[in-house]
This record gives sequence, structure tokens and C-alpha cells, in this order.
Amino acid sequence: MNIVVCIKQVPDTTEIKINPVTGTLIRDGVPSIINPDDKAGLELALSLKDSFNAHVTVITMGPPQAEDVLREAYAMGVDRAILLTDAKFAGADTLATSHALAGALRKLDFDLLVTGRQAIDGDTAQVGPQIAEHLDLPQVSYLEHLDFDGKKTFTIKRRIEDGYEMLQVDGPCVVTVLSGAYRPRYMSVSGIVEAYSKNVEIWGFAQIDVDEKDLGLNGSPTRVHKAFSRGVKSAGQLYEVDSTEAVGIIMSKLKEKFII
Amino acid sequence: MEKSAYKGVFVFVEQRKGIIQNVSLELMGKARDLADALNDKVYAILVGNKITDKAQMLIAHGADVVVCADAPELDDYLTEPYTQAIYHIVNEYKPSILMLGATTIGRDLGPRLSARLGTGLTADCTKLEISEEKELLMTRPAFGGNLMATIVCKEHRPQMSTVRAGVMRKLPADNSPKGEVIKIEIPFKKDKFRVKLLKSVKEKGAMVDISEAKILISCGRGMANDEGLKIIDDLAKTLKAQVSASRAVVDAGLVPHDRQVGQTGKTVRPDLYFAVGISGAIQHLAGMEESDFIVAINRDKTAPIFQVADLGIVGDAKQILKQLNERLNG
Amino acid sequence: MDFSLTKTENLFLQMIKDFAENEVKPLAAEVDEQERFPVETVKKMAPLGIMGIPIPVKYGGAGGTNILYSMAVEELSAVCATTGVIVSAHTSLCAVPILEYGTEEQKQKYLPKLASGEWLGAFGLTEPNAGTDASAQQTVAIESGDNYILTGSKIFITNSGYADVYIVLAMTDKSQGTRGITAFIVEKNFPGFSVGKKEKKLGIRGSATCELIMENCVVPKENMLGKLSKGFSLAMKTLDGGRIGIAAQALGIAQGAMDETVKYVKERKQFNKPISAFQNTQFQMADLETRIVAARLLVRQAAFKKDKGQAYSVDAAMAKLYASETAMEVTNKAIQFHGGYGYTREYPIERMFRDAKITEIYEGTSEVQRMVIAGALLR
Repeated sequence: MNIVVCIKQVPDTTEIKINPVTGTLIRDGVPSIINPDDKAGLELALSLKDSFNAHVTVITMGPPQAEDVLREAYAMGVDRAILLTDAKFAGADTLATSHALAGALRKLDFDLLVTGRQAIDGDTAQVGPQIAEHLDLPQVSYLEHLDFDGKKTFTIKRRIEDGYEMLQVDGPCVVTVLSGAYRPRYMSVSGIVEAYSKNVEIWGFAQIDVDEKDLGLNGSPTRVHKAFSRGVKSAGQLYEVDSTEAVGIIMSKLKEKFII
Repeated sequence: MEKSAYKGVFVFVEQRKGIIQNVSLELMGKARDLADALNDKVYAILVGNKITDKAQMLIAHGADVVVCADAPELDDYLTEPYTQAIYHIVNEYKPSILMLGATTIGRDLGPRLSARLGTGLTADCTKLEISEEKELLMTRPAFGGNLMATIVCKEHRPQMSTVRAGVMRKLPADNSPKGEVIKIEIPFKKDKFRVKLLKSVKEKGAMVDISEAKILISCGRGMANDEGLKIIDDLAKTLKAQVSASRAVVDAGLVPHDRQVGQTGKTVRPDLYFAVGISGAIQHLAGMEESDFIVAINRDKTAPIFQVADLGIVGDAKQILKQLNERLNG
Repeated sequence: MDFSLTKTENLFLQMIKDFAENEVKPLAAEVDEQERFPVETVKKMAPLGIMGIPIPVKYGGAGGTNILYSMAVEELSAVCATTGVIVSAHTSLCAVPILEYGTEEQKQKYLPKLASGEWLGAFGLTEPNAGTDASAQQTVAIESGDNYILTGSKIFITNSGYADVYIVLAMTDKSQGTRGITAFIVEKNFPGFSVGKKEKKLGIRGSATCELIMENCVVPKENMLGKLSKGFSLAMKTLDGGRIGIAAQALGIAQGAMDETVKYVKERKQFNKPISAFQNTQFQMADLETRIVAARLLVRQAAFKKDKGQAYSVDAAMAKLYASETAMEVTNKAIQFHGGYGYTREYPIERMFRDAKITEIYEGTSEVQRMVIAGALLR
């Protein structure tokens, strides 16, 4: 069985802070990590490697330094790593990104394509299903668990708002994985020691099968009109009083608001 | 693309087992605003099995036209049959705007559909408005809620967005307006139906929807123990409030995930939000700062929660809530 | 000269910090409180290769450097010094001497099991009457056919009871003093071998420290490690390497205490301002931080020289001397910054303070390190 996992290098958004004076993002010193949902997807693939001897390829699209997440994936135990990078991909929205990835995936043979549900920098959850559409493959999103029958059929637990669904689909198919679904393994020491001596394949536009007009800024139907930090609402009144007085203040406000 | 050929503000109406989901009614309310700004009509796309009778309800909540596809293939939500249905409707009607709820259905269907249509999709929007150029401005949080981005889809139609539940206001039902109901047949390509639904399971306790609550008392790290939760529960009973929590408290397993407020939980905008022992990480603020009135109680007077609070109390939350409950009951 | 970390080292740090934070730290207080050997942690470290970092791949190790190994001991010790010394004693005092002095057969037999963490290793040199003066060994090994028969006891043996393999030093020729000492690889199941009483200690309380008892213990001749009568030099060189591990442990304790203190002084308010705003706090912490960074440079220098095959015994002695005294000073002052809270078990600082002391004692006291350093200086 062949599995391809799409991963993304993202800034650890929990470490991002806002400069209170300028209202801009402080990105200095914010570490880059494998997107958490994607890392759970990697674990899903590696667990299938453990059980079914699957061959796992990992692919990421990004700038040259995105290579780091591929090295980390090698240290976790993947078999092959591809960095999809080209100036032609720059400025892509989700649709153009999905076209580029689909172009690369057309060159790969797989039974299961795994992506994270969404990336923590964009939170769109769109690229996985869009890739599935371009490749004319069935999709199951919000994956919480996957069972494989060892032949071609996957039984998938899909988490929804008020419960879950059990779905069945034959490979090749696309799944998007929730970060809580699989707890990623640690990199092994030997994996780390070998990670930087392994081959990371660099693919650009020339290596993939896609129409150039679908790529990058030109292939992106959406544009960022403006970006801004959330307006700071002016703070209300702050009281530093004993608890009896505090209760009195709260009571009077609740009355004012007709709550009591 | 001839943009002027695309007209109407369309809402994909989400129903589960025949029940129209609240988020869709919220979207109808927003669609009404947008259509009025564009001097255009609101269309509800109602698809499912034996659901035609729901059309009137959509008209009552703001639809001018309900486009209804009623077919056994659309019984339960599955990506491909639904994508085929909406794709067909979009090609027939050429909407200018198409909105979906940012639910596990909308966020599965939306991207699949946008790729099939070759148009843009903006995810999980919290604000929608019409620009002077009559374009849809779609605003959404990014970078874990640290940044807001306004997105436009200039040259492609429809302009698609998924919209977060609990953010838009639904219109009160009004049964006086008359709307049109159009039934449409979908030419399904069944060979593409490759995913089979084995079963759908509802889980107990998963039904509380804090985004519907009028009053929320939200527990943070500073109250995250049995005593603190008991005090909050007691006050919640008195005020007929729901209990919610910050991520730290949910991660600690003290409160279930469906009660989590914030970027990775739910967005809420109750009439009254008590933030108790919550310091106010940006991810939390992103989920509650639109609340009508915010009361924050925290020991640390520098806690960021006080920046968004309408009323801030520096002090021992346990003491204060206990006394408040006694006085409300006394 | 290049002081920057390699990409491999950065990747390794990312993993080991993550592992320490999520798997080791949550158990640290309990392991100390209950004086419990953290078996489950060893089981988690084993499949990741943490029990065989500097052992070559062909013997089942990770093929890493001593720098990586020192980083592992440091990061583990920053959250739990007990876990740090388990890895250090196992690696530096058991697996490494077998790698450096063992026959090919011995390496094939023992290293894969040790490096994979399937077996745990220990080292027995100290005796009731032979501490710093290791030449006063009373354990004897008498040749008998295909075996040596060992009789005597060892004390304060780290990992004992949980270890499967022990490197044991014994007199094969009493008349020759240190030139009559030989090293043996002793398995826990060898007849006549047993583990005695467990010590109750001030610190590193989760680490198992027991007596080893050999009563006519039968050790096959092929288990002699190194050459006959060369055991003393083997033990001293083994301890040179071990000191890198203990220096890293001490460094970790100091860093762990510093991390806790930085967090605390920013949060704790007195006289309406965080105590980090007082210049007394700032100046003292600046001095401690400088010591920690200096200690780290010494540790990495010793590990670097060992990796390059250069003489490192003086460097290891300096690293251990300086890092262990730094650990004492940092943990001592850290308690002071924490005030009364620092003295309680509500905060990890008092544990770190207790854990720090042993680093000035075992694998050569600070006095021994000074002897080594002065000996080279004034030769």
C-alpha cells in the first residue's frame, strides 16, 4: 500500500503575540512547526506502515526552508519526501494551492491521500477537499479514526457536531484528519541522526502535471483586501474592591441590564 | 466571466434529518441584509429527502425564492450527491453570492463545490458586507485569531463563503411575505457516489449548544477545580445560565469540549458573559468578545480579559460568586 | 570555530525537550515523593533510542554524538534529575565501556540489548571502604577453570536492582594494588549475584541506589572486560566519560531551576511590582545565567572532544566540577527567590535543590575533579 501525506509548515500560532502599541503580529522567534492536524495525519500513515508495511511519502508545498518539516517527517519514519517549491506557486489562495498539490499528486501512485483537516495559520480546511475534487477522488473529512481491511476498503469514523458517522470507501481516496485523532509519535534518535543525510526531492512546475494558469496569484480567485489586528474594544470599568462591594456592583449592573 | 450574469444571494440550507439548522436561518438573516444592499433577491437552496414542506419556514425567515431539490439520493448528507445537487443549481441559477454554514457539512461541501465550480471560497467568515463596488467583503480571523483578514473574490462567481455559526442574527419569523418555491430535478451521476454511510451516531451530552445560550458563566484556569465548578454550577442554576469554559479547563478534562469558548471551541455572543478566573488569551477573546455585556472576575488586574470586559472585578472569584448567588437567592 | 548548533542538534533538541516536558516532567514529583524508579519512562525512552544515543548503528544504537547524548541528559534532568542519571549511568558507565573495551563477541552480545533499552546497565566500583580511593578494592576474583569466582560487595550502585548487566571491578591480584584490578561484565542472573539494601537518599530519590553482593559469583572468563589487571585504568577512563553525563545532569538541574525561577519572579508580586523588577533579582539572576551558559560551554566542549577522539579527561573534570557547583548555587538561590513557597513541595525547586547535591559527589567528588585538573596543570 502506498500512502501520501500532505503537510504544511506553519508558525506556532499559540506563540504569536500582538504588539500592544502597533497592533501588529510579533513573529520574531516564533517557531515553525508541522501543522498539528497534518502531524496527526502523519501518525495515521505511519501506523498503517507499522501494521500493513505501507510505503509513506510526505509532500509539502512552501518556500525552501519548508524542507525542515520534511526532515522532521523523515525522523518520524516516512520513506520519501518531496518539497514542492517554485516562484510560480507564490501568492496562491487555497484553490491555487490545491491545484499545485494536485499537479504533483498526479505524478504519484497512492491508495490513500492524507491531509490535515486545516492549518492553524489559515484555518480554512479547504485544500484537502479541493485536491480530492481536482483528482476526482472520494473524500472523507474530519477523520477521527480509520480502519483498513488490508485489501482496499477503509472504514472511517467522521466526527460531526453532535456525534459521529461511520463511512466506508475504497482507495484511492482522500481523508482529512483531526489533530486529536492520532497522537503523533516522537522522532526517534536514529531517525534524527539520519534525517539530514536522506534525499529530499525538490519539485517545481516542470515536474508536475498542472495548467500554469491555475497556479499562484493568477490562479487565485480570492485576494486579501486588507488585514488588520482585531480592533481593541475600549475596556469598561475596573473595580478593585472587597467582595461584598463587588457583589453589589455586579447586582446593580445586572438590574440595569434587566437580567434580574 | 460575465459577472453581471450572476445574480442573487444564495444560502445553502443545512438540514439534518429534516430539521433546518439554526446556522442556516442566521445566514438567511445576513443574506437579507446583503440582498437589500445589492437590491437583489434572497434564494434558499433547500436539498434533502422529503423536505419540500420546510420551504415556507425559509420564506418566513427572509427568503424570496426557495430552490428545492427533493430526492432520496439526498437523504443523509454525503459529499458527492450534495455537491452534484448544488453544482447543478448553481449552473442553472448563476448566483452572485453563495453562503454555507461553517459546519462539518458546510466545510466539507464548500471546498469540494468551489473546486468543481473553479471559484474562490472564504472559510469561516465572521463578518460579511457589501463594498461600494458591490462586491462581497468577507472578513475572517487568521493566525489563530490574532489577525483579521478581509477577503474579496473579484473576478469569479459565485462569491462563496462559509460562515461561522452564532455570528449572524436570524430574523424573527414573519409569515406574511409570499415567496416562490421552485422544485428542481437533479441529474445525478451515481457512479461517482463512492462513499457509503454505514451509520450516524448521536452522542449523549453532545447536544448542549452554548452558542444558543443567553447567559454564559465561563470557567477559567483560576476556578478549575471541584469547588470552583460547584460554585459556577450553583450560580448558573440561579441565573438559568449555561456553563462554558476556556481551553485550559477543557484540556484538563473538567468540562466537555462542546462547552469550550474560543478559537478552537465555539464562538458565542450571549447577552451576558461571565469570565471567571479567565486570563483572556487571544484565542479565548476571539470566541466571546462580541458578547453584549461581559463581566470579568480575576485576581490579576493586568489580565487581558479586562481589556474586553464591560465590568471588571479584581478579586477572589470564588468568594464573589458565592456571595452573589446567596444574595440572588436571598 | 563555530558555536552554532547543527540542524541535527536542533531537531534533536526539539524532540528531547518535547519528550521531557510531556512524558518525564509530569512524573517527577511523584517519583521523588514515592522514591519510585520510573520504569514506565525507561520503557518510553527505549524505542526512541534514548538508551543508546552514542552507540553505533551496527550495534543497535542511534549512532549519535556525545553532544546529542549530553543534550539528552541535560534536558531530561531539567525536569527530572532521576531520569537523567538513569540514562547517564546506563550509557556512560555500562554501554560505552563495553563499546570501547569489549571484544567483538561481547559487543554483539550486550550492546544491541543495552542500546535498545531492552536491558538496563550499571557500574560497580565503589565499596564501603573504597570510595574516592578506588584502589582499596576488597572484592576479589579468583580464577577457576573457565570462570572467575567473585566475592565481595559494592555500594551506592545506580540502577541496581533494575539493571540486567553490571560492569564490576574486582581484584584479580591483590599484591599489585591498582594494577591488580580487572573489570567483568556480570549479568543479574549469574549464580551468586544479588542486590542488597536500597539506600534512602536526600535527592535523586527515584533512582535505584543499592548494594551489590557477590558470594562466590560465577563469571565466565569470556566476560572479562578489557585485559587482565587493566581494570583500574578502564574504570578511570569510564568515569571520565561518565563525568560528561553527570555534568550534563547538573547543568540540566541548574537550567530547570532557572526556568522555574524566571517564570516565578515575573508572576510573583511584592510591594506592588513583580519581583523581577527589583535590581537585586536582576543582578543575581544575570550572574546565575552567566554561570549556566559557561557550564554548558564546558559540557559541550568535553563532549565535542570525546566525539573527535581527542583527550577530554581534564575537560570532563572541569565540566563536572563547574556544572555541579553551578547547580548547587542556582538551586540554592532559586529557593531564596521563591521564598517560603520554594521551601515547600508545592514548587519543584526544593526537589531540584536536593537533587543538585549528589552531582558534587558521585562519579568523582569535586575534590577529585580538582585533583585531575591540578594534576594536568602542574604536571
